[in-house]
Amino acid sequence: MIKIQKEDFNISIELNTLISGNVKIGGVASFIGLVRDLVSPENNVQTLQSMTLEHYPEMTEIKLKQIESQARARWPLETSLIIHRYGELKPGDQIVLVACASIHRQAAFDACNFLMDWLKTDAPFWKLEKTAKSENWVEDRNEDYLASSKWNNHKE
Amino acid sequence: MKILYFAWLRQRIGVSMEEFNLPEEVNTVGDLIDYLTTKGENYSQAFSQKKVIRAAVNFEYVPLDHKLINKDEIAFFPPVTGG
Repeated sequence: MIKIQKEDFNISIELNTLISGNVKIGGVASFIGLVRDLVSPENNVQTLQSMTLEHYPEMTEIKLKQIESQARARWPLETSLIIHRYGELKPGDQIVLVACASIHRQAAFDACNFLMDWLKTDAPFWKLEKTAKSENWVEDRNEDYLASSKWNNHKE
Repeated sequence: MKILYFAWLRQRIGVSMEEFNLPEEVNTVGDLIDYLTTKGENYSQAFSQKKVIRAAVNFEYVPLDHKLINKDEIAFFPPVTGG
């Protein structure tokens, strides 16, 4: 299931709803992405005031559904969920939730990892970071492309 | 055709969307960028780093040599940073 929303989400409610009624599920792996309070955390430069996520609504929905289908075709998942927020967020706020449930744990872990790597490089979102001094659009990172491309050669 | 701009491309150009008929000399995404840069300084500035511009036609990522037709929806944006 895909949810693209402005509102916050409650992890406990989302995960319970996702798995309820399916007793074949042996495990759920989940990842929650959060807004950090530092811009360029490696250099400890400035304190973030807000992060605004812009996106391309029609394309986001299509691309997220496509990637969820790919994950479901690749791993034996019982169910899956991607929630991605947009709009203005503050340090500590939740940005994204990816959850995958399967009979055995490895498929859930791997599919969750795959979906997060993909979201970084292919989901049409852009992040604007505001500090007391400036506004900057977050640039893409080479590490993210490497993480995403490793799945092309990866065998399950 | 419908053209959308996102993130700093939208800010530099000053609009998020515009519609016009595909000019005759424009065949590909790359041609459209060249055409747009002639429309004003805001466009030429926005598209000055052509290498970092990404494009999507009808909601799929496409390369610069992708062929366009008038009913396409095209979006221009910097590299995405989701997750």
